[in-house]
Amino acid sequence: MNSLFLIVLWPALSALAILLCKGAKQVRTASLVASAIQLGLTLYIAFEYYTLRRAGDHSPFMMQSNLNWFPQFGISLHMGIDGISLAMLLLTSVVVLCGVLVSWNISYLTKEFYFLLILLSMGAYGFFISLDLFTLFFFLELAVIPKFMLIGIWGSGRKEYAAMKLALMLMGGSALILIGLLGVYFNSHTSGGLPTFDLLKLSVVHIPRNAQHILFPFLFLGFGVFTAIFPFHTWAPDGHSSAPTAASMFLAGISMKLGGYGCIRVACLLMPEAAQYYGPAIIVLACIAILYGAFATMMQKDLKYINAYSSVSHCGFVLLGIAMFTQTALIGAVMQMVSHGLMTALFFAVIGMLYERTHTRMTADMSGLLKIMPFLGTVFIIAGLCSLGLPGLSGFVSEMTIFMGSWQRPDAFHRIATILACASIVVTAVYILRAAGKVLMGPISNEHFRSLKDAAWNEKLASVILILSIVLIGVAPFLLSGLIRPGAFEIMKTIANATVLN
Amino acid sequence: MLSATYIALIPLLPLASFLLIGLLGKRYLKMASGPIGTLSLLLSCALACITAFQYFFQAGRVNGVFEKITVFKFAWLNFSPNVSIDMGLVLDPISVMMILVVTLIALMVHIYSLSYMKGEERVSTYFSFLSLFTFSMLGLVLASNIFQMYIFWELVGLSSYLLIGFYFDKPSAVAAAKKAFIVTRFADLGFLIGILILSFHAETLDFTTLISRLSTPGSPWLLSISSASFMGFSLLTWGLVLLFVGGAGKSAMFPLHIWLPDAMEGPTPVSALIHAATMVVAGVFMVARMFPVYALSCPAALQVVAWTGAISSLFAALIACTQTDIKRVLAYSTMSQIGYMMFALGVSGYGGENGLGYTASLFHLFTHALFKALLFLGAGAVIHYVHSNELSKMGGLRKHIPITHITFLVACLAIAGVPPFSGFFSKEEILMASYQHNFPIYCIALFTAGLTAFYMFRLYFSIFWKKELSADSHAHGEGGFAMMFPLVLLALFTLGAGFIPFGKFISSDGLPLTSEVHLGFSLIPVLLSLCGIFMAMAFYKKESTLPDKAATVLGELYKASFNKFKIDEVWLKVTKGFLFGIVGRFAAWFDKSIINGAIDLGASFAEVVSDTVRMLQTGKVQDYAACVLAGVLSLCLYFLYVWM
Amino acid sequence: MNAIPLQHILLVSTGLFFIGIYGFLTRRNLITMLMSIELTLNSVNINFVAFNRYLYPTKQDGLFFVIFVISIAAAEAAVAIAIIINLYRKYKTIDAEGADTMRF
Repeated sequence: MNSLFLIVLWPALSALAILLCKGAKQVRTASLVASAIQLGLTLYIAFEYYTLRRAGDHSPFMMQSNLNWFPQFGISLHMGIDGISLAMLLLTSVVVLCGVLVSWNISYLTKEFYFLLILLSMGAYGFFISLDLFTLFFFLELAVIPKFMLIGIWGSGRKEYAAMKLALMLMGGSALILIGLLGVYFNSHTSGGLPTFDLLKLSVVHIPRNAQHILFPFLFLGFGVFTAIFPFHTWAPDGHSSAPTAASMFLAGISMKLGGYGCIRVACLLMPEAAQYYGPAIIVLACIAILYGAFATMMQKDLKYINAYSSVSHCGFVLLGIAMFTQTALIGAVMQMVSHGLMTALFFAVIGMLYERTHTRMTADMSGLLKIMPFLGTVFIIAGLCSLGLPGLSGFVSEMTIFMGSWQRPDAFHRIATILACASIVVTAVYILRAAGKVLMGPISNEHFRSLKDAAWNEKLASVILILSIVLIGVAPFLLSGLIRPGAFEIMKTIANATVLN
Repeated sequence: MLSATYIALIPLLPLASFLLIGLLGKRYLKMASGPIGTLSLLLSCALACITAFQYFFQAGRVNGVFEKITVFKFAWLNFSPNVSIDMGLVLDPISVMMILVVTLIALMVHIYSLSYMKGEERVSTYFSFLSLFTFSMLGLVLASNIFQMYIFWELVGLSSYLLIGFYFDKPSAVAAAKKAFIVTRFADLGFLIGILILSFHAETLDFTTLISRLSTPGSPWLLSISSASFMGFSLLTWGLVLLFVGGAGKSAMFPLHIWLPDAMEGPTPVSALIHAATMVVAGVFMVARMFPVYALSCPAALQVVAWTGAISSLFAALIACTQTDIKRVLAYSTMSQIGYMMFALGVSGYGGENGLGYTASLFHLFTHALFKALLFLGAGAVIHYVHSNELSKMGGLRKHIPITHITFLVACLAIAGVPPFSGFFSKEEILMASYQHNFPIYCIALFTAGLTAFYMFRLYFSIFWKKELSADSHAHGEGGFAMMFPLVLLALFTLGAGFIPFGKFISSDGLPLTSEVHLGFSLIPVLLSLCGIFMAMAFYKKESTLPDKAATVLGELYKASFNKFKIDEVWLKVTKGFLFGIVGRFAAWFDKSIINGAIDLGASFAEVVSDTVRMLQTGKVQDYAACVLAGVLSLCLYFLYVWM
Repeated sequence: MNAIPLQHILLVSTGLFFIGIYGFLTRRNLITMLMSIELTLNSVNINFVAFNRYLYPTKQDGLFFVIFVISIAAAEAAVAIAIIINLYRKYKTIDAEGADTMRF
């Protein structure tokens, strides 16, 4: 039993504890305490990770623990972390804590709401530390179902439609992943021995080339659906816009990262040759997502749609960074995942806060809010600036890392893809500034708005935590990139070896 | 001697004041925010002066050449072992000159703002943004790494956005801020791609290494970048031109200038600091920083710089003659003067006498910063007095605001290039450089010089002479001491700055360059300027019908100039009409109908199938029994068939 | 003793079985349907008895099964009639067509 198990055990325990609580107040406090402790736990893990690294432990995955689950099928509870998963864990725990904070005013079925939130987070935590494909899939599914309920029960607008669409599309993605995983499983004993789901064992197995070519699209597209890969992104706008604030934060901040993480950790690591083979196709899809998402955002009138489409565009950067297959671009992709997770969580949080006050999300109905709610307005602007990639905030460093990495591919195709991706930052600036100008600035259009209150303590706390994380990454990016580098190095080594084998 | 600690304090003091005022100002330090900001800048300015003194007179010169001294740097973001974004401070003649200019003008603007922004509710926000800007600008000029420069480049863009949009309840201010940010962002795209191209081939982002690698003839890096070509031009040309696009955006060069006139929506001191003296010359600074590469390896790119500068300077001067908003006239004149600096760089060569253009350009940058800041601050005092930007609302103010009048006149004479004001000297060098290297540009420059004198004095006479204003409507007097002090000080600088032997300190190769004024040569430009001044006097000193007559004679030209040659409209067509209207709408439509439609179609397909299949469920027991029977019978038949 | 051949008995039981099935499928009255089911059950009983008697005269398994079926049938009739009575209470009819709430 090592401390890594606590990462998934603690959410399970706290979910149970929430079920035992009485009254909304107790539930809220319990979830807040639980998620704060979880954050502490993750920080402790990070500390332990650094200590081990400093002590000279250079194994790719650290703090491993392995429990047999179904030995006859090669399934085990194998857990371990590298820098990439640690970054994701930190992201998750920050977003969860803030998600709990901004949901303070949920009064309908409070207990169930928080229970599902914590359950969702447990899925994410488990996913990021699993080194066994079966448990990885198990936790992935665990993270999908609560979303359906969160949107269906506490959502707004066409919530049933959105919940159904989201759940079905993500389930479809899961089905693709499952096919891919089984394919990998049954191809894992080509050199004799039992088939296995264990990622570490699989990573040294060479899956036959034609099997890779068939299985890779399943896995990549399956995880891609989670990352809102074009053209399977349409769950994102509807899902995000109907979801309650915390669920939007989780969806964009954590859930979309499950996909990116899976693409890197499972699809590219296990099938490097196929990854190389399909690389250009992914780049095309990613570029379409980036530009098309950005242009589609420009036409949106609903704040949540704006952020949802911009998420599609930003997650395109993640895929682009992955498919460039250079170490720098890969580091950039992971940084972009973290950065986008924080930034979009902040954005959804502040949109939710504005919506709670003004009861509208239409940009046309709002104006001059900065004067009435200076705190929320400033938070909105900071989130927007991060989204458009302003230096000093996290978006800039991750995008630039991706660009620098992508530019290392000197052929015309990759160059053009990079330039197109760069071009999107202008479009991003357009829609962000338009939205900010419309909503926050200008004369106050609606007299009722004058009486609105600025952020309450919980909202302030959540915003400050997220902003601090964003600024920390933006000002000291070497922390994050240093964390990610060893993991990215391992993956790039596998991919480079595969090229040599060819 | 040159110690990293206090040099680092030069940009860090404004940063500290930004954080302090920005975080606590609104609640706790409302009254103190102005003084805090000013004080931090005062310190910063003093440190900059000390640094400049030490650099220029003690530590900077090694064997007679000004060295580039990297005070400190650390790796901020590593990409690969040799490519990293470093944060560092580098001292060389131009960066030292720039920190002097930036801190000095910023200090003046701070002092001026103490009085100008009095009574403004969000005064702490204002000062924190000013501090942020100063910090970013200092970071930009001291950057040791091209990516560091890009970072601060974006940050000055942000502070400019925030300050233009300071009066954010005015829709026009919001629109102007947005426009400024987006246009410069678009240009920065060029900058970014330029960085990518150059750094890929030079395998470094560090300025010193980058420049030496790319400007040493025959170095492997230079060979690699010059041999790779795209669409007929070498990647070096592409990289440098794209870098320049970034610079052109920030420096409001044609056709990316459209944001600058609108940016005048910001508070006037801000216009003085950002949109006249410091930020808009960042493009010039960047080209000057990369100058060895431009001049030694890629003269073609330098030609682009030269012609863009020349066209912009003429173009802006033409427009400035007809505008009626005092700040817009100044904005166009800024654009025109920056065009001067650009083409001075463009016509310059590297080293020795050939590098005269380089020295001239930076000299003009220096003097222009002083007199243009003075002009803007003066304009601020005028606007403060009459509460309007429109020339038609002004006139005869010379008796009401005498100090402003005199200082404004000094600045006008300087910009018109009348000896012995500072503008004369720097302009003279520019003209000399272009005369030596590029005659067509020299002609453009001469004509522009005349135009400059004309429109500046049109402004001057319209504000201070022309008609007489009734005194009673403007009971309050000229601004207080805090407003007058910077005006007077800057006017004194404007008078004296021309006599600085600039070439001794700043030259393309670091060796001192002596330049003298050739009386014979300067005769023509000075005469042209005087012509312009007298024409303006004839037109505008008293109310007369001459301007209208001239307008009718010029006809279409006048109209085109008044409408700013419709460049805004062209951009609007491209962006709003094409990108937003067509591409954006198409993307949104495509998403809604095609992508979403396909998903919904899948869902309705499932629905149709299930609708059909469920018809089997009649709910009648006997139907089910019949089905079972049919099943059993067919199984029986099947097995019979198999066994038989 | 062997006067009646097995085939005759089987013919009778088969006839009985299909009469039962026919009745079950065509009658709409639930009571009649129940009676039809009884007919099919009895045809099976006859088969059991006959096969027992003719093929394994020394064993009694067939007889046991018949007793078993008869008792089950009795229980089934009780349950079925209870259901029918409840249906009647709800729908005021014992027509099978009337109770089709379970349709699509």
